[in-house]
Amino acid sequence: MSFLSAQGILIFFLLGMFVFSFFSEQFLSQSNIMTVVRQASIIGIIAVGVTVVIIGGNLDLSVGSMLSFSTVLVVDLHDKVGPTMAILMMFALTLMLGAVNGILIGFLRLNSLIVTLAMLSAIQGFVLIYSGGQNVDIANQGGTWFAFFGRGYLAGIAVPILLFGLLAILVQVVMSYTSYGRRIFAVGGNPMAAVYSGIRKNWCVFSTYLISAFCVACAALVLGSRVMGSQNNVGQGYELLVLAGIILGGTSLLGGAGSIWKTVIGVLILGFIQNGLLLMGYPYYIQWIVTWGIIILAVWLDLANKRKRLLTTHS
Amino acid sequence: MTSLKGFFRGRTSIQPIWVFVLVIFIFFSFMSEYFLSFGNISNILVQTSTIGLIALGMTFVMINGNIDLSVGAILGLAASLAVGLQETSMTLAILAALGSGVLLGAINGLIVWKTGVNAFIVTLGAMLGIRGLIFLYTGEQSFYALNFAFSDFGTSTIGPFPVLAIIFLICTLIMHLVLTRTGHGRNTFAVGGNPEASIDAGIRLGRHMMINFIIVGFFAALAGVLLASQMGAATPNLGRDYELWVITAVVLGGTKLTGGYGSIVGTLGGVLAIGILRNGMNLMQVPAFYVLVILGAILISVLIIDKKLNAPSAKEVRI
Repeated sequence: MSFLSAQGILIFFLLGMFVFSFFSEQFLSQSNIMTVVRQASIIGIIAVGVTVVIIGGNLDLSVGSMLSFSTVLVVDLHDKVGPTMAILMMFALTLMLGAVNGILIGFLRLNSLIVTLAMLSAIQGFVLIYSGGQNVDIANQGGTWFAFFGRGYLAGIAVPILLFGLLAILVQVVMSYTSYGRRIFAVGGNPMAAVYSGIRKNWCVFSTYLISAFCVACAALVLGSRVMGSQNNVGQGYELLVLAGIILGGTSLLGGAGSIWKTVIGVLILGFIQNGLLLMGYPYYIQWIVTWGIIILAVWLDLANKRKRLLTTHS
Repeated sequence: MTSLKGFFRGRTSIQPIWVFVLVIFIFFSFMSEYFLSFGNISNILVQTSTIGLIALGMTFVMINGNIDLSVGAILGLAASLAVGLQETSMTLAILAALGSGVLLGAINGLIVWKTGVNAFIVTLGAMLGIRGLIFLYTGEQSFYALNFAFSDFGTSTIGPFPVLAIIFLICTLIMHLVLTRTGHGRNTFAVGGNPEASIDAGIRLGRHMMINFIIVGFFAALAGVLLASQMGAATPNLGRDYELWVITAVVLGGTKLTGGYGSIVGTLGGVLAIGILRNGMNLMQVPAFYVLVILGAILISVLIIDKKLNAPSAKEVRI
């Protein structure tokens, strides 16, 4: 039973893959799997950062607007200052937005849900002011190495997948094997106890928002480079898909628990649901209804397991 | 200082949001000559009635310590049903629309009750799922109202007063009385303030929360029907981002996300603040983008002021 509760979501995932493979022959082909993972990588990269925020006991709803901001910025600056400077400036400004979130939530200790909700609308406003309500494009689509991040391949694997994998492994290692990671878990699990044991809680919370912003900047790099242009609302709704992926993976929103690989699985489930349903000929919005059902099922199963464990430890 | 503290906590008779409403009201009446006209004031009330109606129900849910992110989607579904079913019978269509809101609210509440899962997660899932149902039902098409009685209703007036504004104000009054004068209202505060104590006091927690989810579902559907009637149409994306506006209005009105504290009068102030800001800046020809930035800045400032004035005393442990 304990095996099932820990690996439940993985079993669920493999079972789903098995079922889908009966309905469509293409589903389990290597090229299809690669396509799905590549499409999921943008949501995945953001979800890695948001998982860290959630483990630290907070939420980040502003990632969708931030993605619009960073993508518009990097695409617009590309023609003006060249790709290297554009990328550097985009990372700096995105990290600044993360720092604003971090100061308000970490140091002023405001409610993260409301702060990032306010930031969501404020940043969307900034994007519209900056772009004048217009979409931006890269003029010279052919002759720039900027395209590498979204369309390139390295050793036969698409660069977005590599970036997603690298970030996920890096952050998972940091969270499980460093004292920094343990501190984030402690702060999210029991803030009072964390403070008593000498952890600087405010800095920990602050840093999680920098990580989240960094991941958004990486996602913007992939998105901007793949499209070589950007709509000014390109990130709208991403925060919810990201959260759906994290919840599907089984990370609780209460903080203090969770893991990056669970999030990776959750994001992939979301991707494969969409892809599988499309291959079976259903329109894209059917995946939303299916996701609704699966989220409820997943959290219900997770909770039932926790209750059982709680009962056995207490009796 | 104590009185100022009490003022910002909303414990005195005037709430801070109403001072803000008054300030921007005076500001805009100096900035634009059209602002103070009767037509514009009733315009503001009509424009805010949609967000305002949902905010009434959301206040109950948030005082309860929960949140409902699916209200925008419920609004969209109700609007589509009200316009989509008009050919069978207008009465039936409106009943189906309102019924869908009640049913979806009940489903949200039932899941929160039976699974004990955080309302944020449950209604986030519902938000995606219900939006999917809208697309499924409408086939991604917009519907146009053919029934003139329906499409005229949204713009009709009783004497000089627009009907939508009257409906909103009457609902506000009713919900204020329910919250302050009835057992259900008292229980709402009790459950949000201390769930365990309220179970001990004999409140049936699950049922109680479910009723509040039904209330917000109903108001979201009502707002959807009225909005469809005002526009004479329903689009599948109708109500998108409304949950953000509604939560912003309720928080501006002083209701605490942690539960146990809030008021309908405050929410009315929050709704009016947003309505006046949008309308006034529109009259001053400020591009709509700036409104988003200013609203975000105001929301964060309100939180900071509130935090500063409610800072725990030195005796408490700082974390």
